[in-house]
Amino acid sequence: MIDRSPSTLIKAVSRQLQDVMDPELTFLSVIDMGILRDVRFENGHIVCVITPTYSGCPATEVISEDVLQAAREIDPEAEVKVVLSPAWTTDWISLEAREKMTANGIAPPEGSSHDKAFLTGDGHTIPCPMCKSKETKLISPFGSTPCKASFVCNACLEPFEHFKCF
Amino acid sequence: MDALLRLGDDALVLAQRLGEWCGHAPALEEDIALTNIALDLIGQTQSYLSLAGSLDPDAPKTDDELAFLRSDREFKNLLLVEQSNGHFGDTIARQFLFDKYALLRAEHVAQQTFDMDAAAIAAKAVKEIRYHADHSSKWIIRLGDGTSESHSRIQKSINDLWKFTGEMFAADEVDIAGSIAGLLPDLTALKTQWDEEIDKVLLEATLVRPEDGEMKTGGRTGVHTEELVTMLAEMQVLPRTHPGASW
Repeated sequence: MIDRSPSTLIKAVSRQLQDVMDPELTFLSVIDMGILRDVRFENGHIVCVITPTYSGCPATEVISEDVLQAAREIDPEAEVKVVLSPAWTTDWISLEAREKMTANGIAPPEGSSHDKAFLTGDGHTIPCPMCKSKETKLISPFGSTPCKASFVCNACLEPFEHFKCF
Repeated sequence: MDALLRLGDDALVLAQRLGEWCGHAPALEEDIALTNIALDLIGQTQSYLSLAGSLDPDAPKTDDELAFLRSDREFKNLLLVEQSNGHFGDTIARQFLFDKYALLRAEHVAQQTFDMDAAAIAAKAVKEIRYHADHSSKWIIRLGDGTSESHSRIQKSINDLWKFTGEMFAADEVDIAGSIAGLLPDLTALKTQWDEEIDKVLLEATLVRPEDGEMKTGGRTGVHTEELVTMLAEMQVLPRTHPGASW
């Protein structure tokens, strides 16, 4: 007899979801990214609540599907619910995840999203994730995915991406 | 429902226009920028149109059905956003005039409590549009305060599009009902804020604010310029030719 008590299921699904990675940042899990907002037991089954990073981020659909698949391995009746409110913010990205970004050549978001200057990068320096120099330059406020901006390091001349503070 | 269609259609039509730049922008960074902005707008569209389509329980419609199976007369977007891309300056001018308006409007929708679903969509959109507005404003300043060539061309772009700005603030019964309910902002107050925002950037860009002449309206009630018809023909051809197609 499988233990279907809510707390056991929630624990098992939560553990399972640690291995569901962001399809664009494959070294970060949906938990690291703050995309998974909640795992709860509702009407006899597990409900995983996720929130998109950007309104049109194509990764949301893939993430939703991946989370559903992972959760259904534990609870075949599991469901995924996408919520918009409260809106996702980079403040939810864990410290550990920020370190992983740096290790993978992406400058993590700096500061708090409440400081609007951080969003547009005005008056703030983004250190190079490779050589740590602060002599960096914004090339474009947009990048390969909606969440990133393009920078170049004037010291080591390496172009890099910065995860926007959002 | 009409209020939500206006929000969704503004985003959808502008997104489609911006998408036309894909592979054609003057620099790779701008190609990516314009299409990234389009992507944000498509996301907002999906949310607003899904919500609008769910409001009539007897005849629910999906976001795709609303986007691909309505005729031009059923679209409720501003005439401004359907205008063709022109050159890069024309696109930036259109974006700048719209971004400043869309940001103020989204800030209101995010804070109202009449429709909490719309508030959640707008709260997300505010952050995105703020980024877009920053980008378009910086380009207006760079082009206006640039060379004599860039200055005169961006001034002409703004002059040419100015006749479409009146529609943003021409309140009709939908706007008034929406404003009384709380969902939509009071457009008179919004106009004052928009004027301030626009003037601030134009001043820094050493550009002249055009005189208000005759303003073109009609988009909100489905009476569009020819520009929309040809745009929709391209946007809708696949789902209309192959109903229910998937891949």
